[in-house]
Amino acid sequence: MATSATGTHAPQLDEKRFTPRELNGARILCECLIAQGVDTIFGYPGGVLLPLYDVLAEYPEIRHILVRHEQAAAHAADGYARATGRVGVCMGTSGPGATNLVTGIATAMLDSAPVVAITGQVSKALIGKDGFQETDITGITLPITKHNWLVMETADLAETVKKAFVIASTGRPGPVLIDIPKDVFQGKTFFKGYPSEVKMRGYNPTVYGHVRQIKQAAKMINEAERPVILSGWGVTISGAFDELMELAERGDIPVINTLQGLSSFPTAHPLSLGMPGMHGGIHANHAINDSDVLIAIGTRFDDRVTGNLKSFAKNSKIIHIDIDPAEIGKNVPVHIPVVGDVKNVLQVLNKYVDKRQHSEWREKIAEWKVKDVKRRENEMSRRGRLRPQYIVQQMSEVLGGDAVITVDVGQNQMWVAQHFNFQKSRSFVSSGGLGTMGFGLPSAMGAKIGLGEKTPVWAVCGDGGFQMTLQELATLIQDDIRVKIAIFNNGVLGMIRQWQQVFYDNRQHSTPLISPDYLKLADAYGIRAWRVTEREDVARVIAEANEWPGPTIVEFVIPEVDNVFPMVPPGGSNLDALSAEDVDKQH
Amino acid sequence: MAENNSKKHTIIVWLEDEPGALNRVVNMFRRRAFNIESLSVGHTEETNISRMTLSVIGEDNHVEQITKNLYKLLEVVKVTDVTSEGALIRELAMVKVTADNPQSRSEIMQFAEIFKARVLDVANDSILLEAVGAEDEVDRLFGLLRRYGIKESVRTGRVAMARGSAAVAAI
Repeated sequence: MATSATGTHAPQLDEKRFTPRELNGARILCECLIAQGVDTIFGYPGGVLLPLYDVLAEYPEIRHILVRHEQAAAHAADGYARATGRVGVCMGTSGPGATNLVTGIATAMLDSAPVVAITGQVSKALIGKDGFQETDITGITLPITKHNWLVMETADLAETVKKAFVIASTGRPGPVLIDIPKDVFQGKTFFKGYPSEVKMRGYNPTVYGHVRQIKQAAKMINEAERPVILSGWGVTISGAFDELMELAERGDIPVINTLQGLSSFPTAHPLSLGMPGMHGGIHANHAINDSDVLIAIGTRFDDRVTGNLKSFAKNSKIIHIDIDPAEIGKNVPVHIPVVGDVKNVLQVLNKYVDKRQHSEWREKIAEWKVKDVKRRENEMSRRGRLRPQYIVQQMSEVLGGDAVITVDVGQNQMWVAQHFNFQKSRSFVSSGGLGTMGFGLPSAMGAKIGLGEKTPVWAVCGDGGFQMTLQELATLIQDDIRVKIAIFNNGVLGMIRQWQQVFYDNRQHSTPLISPDYLKLADAYGIRAWRVTEREDVARVIAEANEWPGPTIVEFVIPEVDNVFPMVPPGGSNLDALSAEDVDKQH
Repeated sequence: MAENNSKKHTIIVWLEDEPGALNRVVNMFRRRAFNIESLSVGHTEETNISRMTLSVIGEDNHVEQITKNLYKLLEVVKVTDVTSEGALIRELAMVKVTADNPQSRSEIMQFAEIFKARVLDVANDSILLEAVGAEDEVDRLFGLLRRYGIKESVRTGRVAMARGSAAVAAI
């Protein structure tokens, strides 16, 4: 789990702060956030939030980042949370401010990111009367938050904030929302200090796995001849990088990472098989298919991972380790379920797993891998074209293992997933579940603020996704957030165009799109920018942009037609992936 | 949702009386594409705790998913599937039947007696009955009354409680 049992990582503060006194709701909220250890709010003011913005200046411990659209505030809080493991906080006013947060909250929900969203609400007396900028945001976000509250009394505020942070960050993390009416900010009450714990009768996440289940899992692993690990985002959330490594090396078990699980295991490790599923390596999909034991850890068997469920892992016994009991048996029947926090479970499991060698099994996988290696070589070597796969590979070489990469959604996301060499935990930030275009830049903004000066943060975007949230360039300048942006500009919504080409007989509609002149755009914002059209400039420009003391944009002009391979047709078996040659033949 | 091995399950849910708690339960069913056959909810012996009886049709693993998802709701304190425990299941129904001649009136009164239904009200041309019983008993009574003309009816849906001295409560 990312945080302590009480969900607090509060610094010790001077005692004066905790002297009980009468305060208004706005000040109580600030006091609580500071006591909780919140250092940043990504937000946007508005009418009903005025009482809060009126006192924010009294609390210099909290840095307020003024975004240019609330969607970006939610993504930034999400990026902050994913890159650091700490809770991200975003804020918007009532009505449109709140609804603008919705896409970002849903994004955080699908990827279990700990985000606290604070919204202003119209005054209590106006609720239900269709007041100006009133919207039922707790109703709207009910299915896309782990929990939400409408706080009707100033006296309930402190406890609600505490509950919100505990729920967001413990168990299976997720976004929560606190809706606060204007007069609750204004109302005064006696503030006794931020509660150190709260009781919630209906909230008891299972943190420790059942030892008998773990022993059974160990027995199954020890008896396996062709085991394979499928590791997901849950491994990263739980901070189980080292424990996963120990399990894999001890048992000599190949590791496959889901898209979200990338960076939970080093890409270059000899046991790493990369990503499975729709755009996964053929060897990874074959390894799952031929495995006798599949150890799924912190993952939820998404349809992009499994392909057709009837043919997924049909020869394997499945061990499923996850903190959320509702994930067990949701999509795939499981032989041994273990409910608990991944790190805790693996620590116990590793004690019972024998040292093994599976050379024969690894050799078999290596044979499947030949095809994958060939495809990669082919993607790197086509001369005269500036190909995105090559750019990602160069980024990886130049930036090394230090950088954190956030991606947008589509081909750019898949190319990074396939070709970047991830070395450390939380170095890959991606909207995997919801697939939210426009996520790349604002999430990088949040990650950068959370990680600080030392860690380079790159946002890799397509020209489509970048244009969805490019208004945040102003935020980068105003708050000196040194995010590095790589735009893969192919003048087309690439992944949709790829589907139109492969599955819709190449009938292209509404996929070509124009971009502004990105050099001029960057200039208008005062951002240093480069345009790269030649292979030989790639590494040099990435290095220059990375070192420039400020935000930068690098536009890579790539071919309009370039596809992500392998590609499993939707609903198809993962063993029936299409290759570039298959698609060439088709046309 | 009804599939091959589907059967009717009776699930009891204890939940804290928070604003919107009922909404969360119902919304979860909609969002996960689970169907509710009937739902009844009311106070319990414990302050701030409501007891809900849900009737759902589905296969066992499907109903298990429902239970797990109910537990994910913060207000939900406890969930029990009493289907296989031989719990007593009752329903209360009120029905207003057309009775505009002496013959139908006396027949309806006879049926009421057989089904232990109470006569709550009698008007010139109708009788209002209250029936309490297992769902299929109520179904059969309604079946018999249909030909006289049911003017209005209401059913509470299932409520359930296990036999014996052991109490299933929120704690």
